[in-house]
Amino acid sequence: MQLRYTGGKAEKEPLQVFNETMRELFEEDKRVVYLDADLMGSLKTAQLWKDYPKNVFNTGIQEANMIGVAAGMYLNGLKPYVHSFSPFASRRVFDQVFLSIGYAKKSIRIIGSDAGIMATNNGGTHMSFEDVAMMRTIPDACVIDASDPVMFGELLKLTKDRPGVTYIRTARRDLKDIYVPDEKFEIGKGKILREGSDVSLIASGIMVATCLEAAEKLAQIGINARVVDIITIKPIDKELVIDCAKTTNAIVVCENANVIGGLGSAVCDITAESCPVCVEKIGINDKYGCVGNEQFLREKYGLTVESIVEKAKKLIEKREAK
Amino acid sequence: MLSSKKTLEKNALTIRYGIMKAISSNRGGHIGGSMDLADMLSVVYTDFIRVNPENPRDENRDFMIFSKGHAGPALYSALCFKGFFPPERLENLNKPNSLLPGHCDRNKVPGVDATTGSLGQGLSIACGAAHAAKIKGTDQRVYCVIGDGEAAEGQIWEAAQYAAHYELDNLIAFLDWNNKQIDGTVDEVMKLGDPVKKFEAFGWNAQLVTGTDVIGIQKAINSAVTCHSKKPVMIVLKTVKGQGAKCIMEMPNNHCIALTDELKEKVMSELDEQAEKLEMEVV
Ligand SMILES: Cc1ncc(C[n+]2csc(CCOP(=O)(O)OP(=O)(O)O)c2C)c(N)n1
Ligand SMILES: [Mg+2]
Repeated sequence: MQLRYTGGKAEKEPLQVFNETMRELFEEDKRVVYLDADLMGSLKTAQLWKDYPKNVFNTGIQEANMIGVAAGMYLNGLKPYVHSFSPFASRRVFDQVFLSIGYAKKSIRIIGSDAGIMATNNGGTHMSFEDVAMMRTIPDACVIDASDPVMFGELLKLTKDRPGVTYIRTARRDLKDIYVPDEKFEIGKGKILREGSDVSLIASGIMVATCLEAAEKLAQIGINARVVDIITIKPIDKELVIDCAKTTNAIVVCENANVIGGLGSAVCDITAESCPVCVEKIGINDKYGCVGNEQFLREKYGLTVESIVEKAKKLIEKREAK
Repeated sequence: MLSSKKTLEKNALTIRYGIMKAISSNRGGHIGGSMDLADMLSVVYTDFIRVNPENPRDENRDFMIFSKGHAGPALYSALCFKGFFPPERLENLNKPNSLLPGHCDRNKVPGVDATTGSLGQGLSIACGAAHAAKIKGTDQRVYCVIGDGEAAEGQIWEAAQYAAHYELDNLIAFLDWNNKQIDGTVDEVMKLGDPVKKFEAFGWNAQLVTGTDVIGIQKAINSAVTCHSKKPVMIVLKTVKGQGAKCIMEMPNNHCIALTDELKEKVMSELDEQAEKLEMEVV
């Protein structure tokens, strides 16, 4: 497939994509609404608020109320998108999401920004490592960690009429470009970004670009890595995971979230049941967040190219030894 | 004995210098909602709160629960002023492996009682600490600071009801009524109405004090600690976000901003002017 990954800065930041996409959605479907809890400033949506007074509403600092209000808006025919920082859009409102939306069989799209270490200097109180695991436990939920701005925009559109809970976590800035602008996506379908037969690197969110870089490094030492962007952590592309297990016999899973209950766990559930192979998980090893810039936090928690290369090498050694 | 106006104003200025030290070390941060608390902090930490810098977790201390956790630099500066740690430590705001994270952190900074940053949770913690003092039969007091934007959180009003129900008159809360939050004024984003009337309706003793009026704040706290009314106390501080530095006050968005060298110089020269007026030596 055609990619436009160069490792450089993305042409558009996710927050810009959010603005453009919401504008498109409001024009196309007047039932679409966007609610925010005093964090429009962080997504730069103030102009959107002015331009679409019938579609955009601020709830103030009331995340739980915002989810309830969205549930009521759905009840009366609207299609809500809601945003806050990822911890406040997930753990702070979990029961409201679970019950007023999930169990009641309504429909919502929750955008959690500054996911994982991308909360950087806001520190541990603002750093969600548990949101992926929590949201995965809601029956029929769709859980997405955006890896690139194009993907983020396309999935915002693709989930407009999706029943149930859709949770999209993303960085607001500093994603890398991976996909060409007219790339198409499907819920439940991962993408192979690079072929390889020695090991599979299955990733989500910011770790997808990191895996592409790691695959380059691995190639230099003669290891051919397959790189997969899982696209939706739930529903997960089971077929593709099994194919990775069969084709490469070794999998490294990489995510910007707690390894307990995240993408790594989801992959292991599949391999353990259907095709046992050696798996290494890269992610947050059951730790709390802290302040720091992205680079510092990547090194602190091991979300680096080097750690992927190390784990991949070890995994291959382990497999050969068997 | 209670301090003079001049002493309290000097100490407020010292706290503002400390806030600047912290925020400029990070080249930016939550300056507006930190600066506007300096006057109240000066009064609390000079005249009232019973804490021991030698033993920050003294069992019988009074508590300070900063519910608006993003104003960490203000609390840290007050704690530094009180002697909990040397001024150099203020220069580490948000540095990697930070011992001074931007949001209040009880496990990293001595003297901080509550880890906050997810808004809406602090008043409940304050209720618990105040109730515990009643249960233990101690005369400990609990101070708490909440934001006016933060007061939109439902949990604030759950705590308000709890405090009145259990007659927590050892709880003294401040509401920083600066009429600003991130997305605009509180009136534009989510109207709060009159917080004095609201807290009165919830069964509190509430009063309005100008946020820069150190003697007014002193009187309000003094009456709260001397009369046992069986009601929790809410002191609504009418503030201007960024107060103490005109150049910050006048910025439409002064919530969390980058501090350029130029802006830093402007603020510092304003503070220096005030120091001169107060005949205060600047270190
Ligand atoms: C639960 C939660 N939601 C959102 C935020 C992001 N946030 C940080 S500060 C702030 C605005 C606070 O406004 P206010 O309480 O008025 O504080 P002040 O004006 O005194 O700075 C927001 C929305 C947060 N920290 N916690
Ligand atoms: Mg405010």
